[in-house]
Amino acid sequence: MAALTPVERAPLSFVVPVVALAGAILGLFVGTANGSGLMGILIGAALLAVVSWAMIVVIKNERVARWGLVIAFAILGFVLGSVPGGLIGLISGWFFGWFTFWLFESRYRMRLLPYLTPRQVLWHYAFRVICGAIFVFLITPILVVIPLSFNAQDFFTFTPEMLRFDPEGYSLKHYEDFFTNNEWQRSFKNSLLIAPIATIISVTLGTLAAIGLSQAHVPGKRAIMAILISPMIVPLIISATGMFFFYSNIGNFLEGTLGMNKTFVGYVKVILAHAVLGVPFVIITVTATLVGFDRSLTRAAANMGADPVKTFFKIQMPLILPGVIAGGLFAFITSFDEVVVVLFVGSASQKTLPWQMFTGLREQISPTILAVATILVVISIALLTTLELLRRRSERLRGMSPG
Amino acid sequence: MKLSTSILAIAAASVAGMATAQEMTIVSWGGAYTESQKRAYHDPYSTNTGVTIINDDSAAEAVAKLRAMNEAGNVTWDVVDVVAADAIRLCDEGLALEINADEQLAPAPDGTPASEDFGDLIVSDCFIPQIVYSTTFGYRTDLVGDTPPTDVCAVFDTEAYPGMRSLEKRPINNMEWALICDGVAFEDVYDVLETEEGQEQALAKLDTIKDSVIWWSAGADTPQLLADGEVVMGSTYNGRLFSLIEEQNQPVAMLWDAQVFDLDGWIIPTGLSEERTQRALDYVYFATDTQRLADQAKYISYGPARASSAPLVGTHADLGIEMAPHMPTDPENSKRTFLYNYEFWADYRDDIDAKFQAWLSQ
Repeated sequence: MAALTPVERAPLSFVVPVVALAGAILGLFVGTANGSGLMGILIGAALLAVVSWAMIVVIKNERVARWGLVIAFAILGFVLGSVPGGLIGLISGWFFGWFTFWLFESRYRMRLLPYLTPRQVLWHYAFRVICGAIFVFLITPILVVIPLSFNAQDFFTFTPEMLRFDPEGYSLKHYEDFFTNNEWQRSFKNSLLIAPIATIISVTLGTLAAIGLSQAHVPGKRAIMAILISPMIVPLIISATGMFFFYSNIGNFLEGTLGMNKTFVGYVKVILAHAVLGVPFVIITVTATLVGFDRSLTRAAANMGADPVKTFFKIQMPLILPGVIAGGLFAFITSFDEVVVVLFVGSASQKTLPWQMFTGLREQISPTILAVATILVVISIALLTTLELLRRRSERLRGMSPG
Repeated sequence: MKLSTSILAIAAASVAGMATAQEMTIVSWGGAYTESQKRAYHDPYSTNTGVTIINDDSAAEAVAKLRAMNEAGNVTWDVVDVVAADAIRLCDEGLALEINADEQLAPAPDGTPASEDFGDLIVSDCFIPQIVYSTTFGYRTDLVGDTPPTDVCAVFDTEAYPGMRSLEKRPINNMEWALICDGVAFEDVYDVLETEEGQEQALAKLDTIKDSVIWWSAGADTPQLLADGEVVMGSTYNGRLFSLIEEQNQPVAMLWDAQVFDLDGWIIPTGLSEERTQRALDYVYFATDTQRLADQAKYISYGPARASSAPLVGTHADLGIEMAPHMPTDPENSKRTFLYNYEFWADYRDDIDAKFQAWLSQ
């Protein structure tokens, strides 16, 4: 590694307390899990202080010291907590070996600019630790769900078998339940039916509304805009109550007067209600992209003999497409995640995935919910990755650099 | 735009496809309970008649939803599973159809009319009884030491049984248990609970364990807490405990002492079209006959509401164990029991609820 700054070894009086502090933090977690946080802090700090001193002063050779620590910690962890304990021991042994010599050899200083004060160096690393912690807090709740969904039991519990990494403790039965259970399959199909249609309606209406509102001559623009985006602002439960009565009347009319099928009317009601919820997102994103749209392009198109419809599809649409797609994605997610309105407006034959998850959580606490959540997380990641890849590809094709 | 046209076409086709079959929405409590109804009633009924049954797990908010549906003139439910107290309320408000048991329900195989077969369990003209269930306690066998509890008062004994307990977040049952464990005789409980002092006494007794109580609101909470070992003992419906113990093999045992019986059954909402009402009545006639009620006990440990069903209760469909000893009505389990006192709670519920909630938030 190219050193920016010439370094010399850090004094023991600095290395040992810092490693002990890190040991205390690990001890806090281990100790809390075993009943006493305070004892954990004390033992962790003392143990790591001794270990770091021994590695630097007694063993001296870095390779030997670090390998020794990894093995010692792995054995210690295995004795205390079998396989998972051993794994934790392995990782912490590697970390503390690396950390001790990172401090002792002043490697933390090497890549930084020579004129930084100690306080700036400290902040440099503290900043990274804080960012890492935020990331952990954001992502752990999602990750915890994934192993639990492979639980062999019907509870949201890490069983002793699971913690021992015993294959007995894991199973795919909750995934099997999702793919074979009628209720889950019906609700999954309903979601896949309702969300895309609602998205198409809200994208169409929202884009038209945004283009209309961007014209200079429309009177009362702000008032119209406020009304159109109100579904996003009004608390959902209030919209839902209103929608329930409104769509009940529409439904009664369609069924009673026009003689339409009850199930079909049910879908129409839920799709329309979800489309209304999606429209504000489309309006906002499309309006934002329209700000950067050069109006002289439409005039140029008209000048060359294109009618307004052709101008829209050939000139305006490709340029505002990113906004339309973003709005469409939001509208899709709104409908796909929505539970309150569908509980009011829909009947059981329109049960969507979130509805099924909601009742499942309230009545059963079945890990099938976690299996579904895992599948949804994987699908969302795949969806976003695909979108991002497509975006980069189109930018490459247009000769722009990604980013 | 081609893509969206094809999606719309597919959507229209699939909606049309779904619309051809006859459908019926049955509302129940979800989980193992709905599953037992599905296997004992819905599946055979669908096979016989070709009617598709859609399950809606909204029974917990049945009263509120039926009110709203009725107001909007848009009742989407055909048959609703409710507890007896809700059936009484719905009947009083005219939201449930009155049933003539002898004409509209199946007689017992020996010809006994339905009204006699169900007996006292028909607590309201609109109520078609289905099961007797009980709210009782389960405890972790590995957390209670060498002396497993045999008495409901173990719940209030935090010295002998340290650890958390889970109780339902409402006064019903908790107030009764508190009074019993404060020395009130079984038969005097409701007389005492009628008075201000009696209510104070019950709350004072509950106060002694308030710090070690986790309050639950869904029937699935206590099984989850017991499985986690977060609580030592907790109250819930006996069928949930049965599934926890026998189907999930958790180290949990039943404490039947002072269990509280309650009833659960069907109602048919008012405001349905003639055709749908007839179909709902036809379903209920089938689903509450002697054999069907006995069949349900193959899947869940709730006692059938008909006297004539009891001798037909056999073994669990999947586990093959005898179901009779797991029924709340089994003589061994029902040495000391309460029947949920509808009249008392109808009169005092609002008042005691308010006091209980105020006490909870102190």
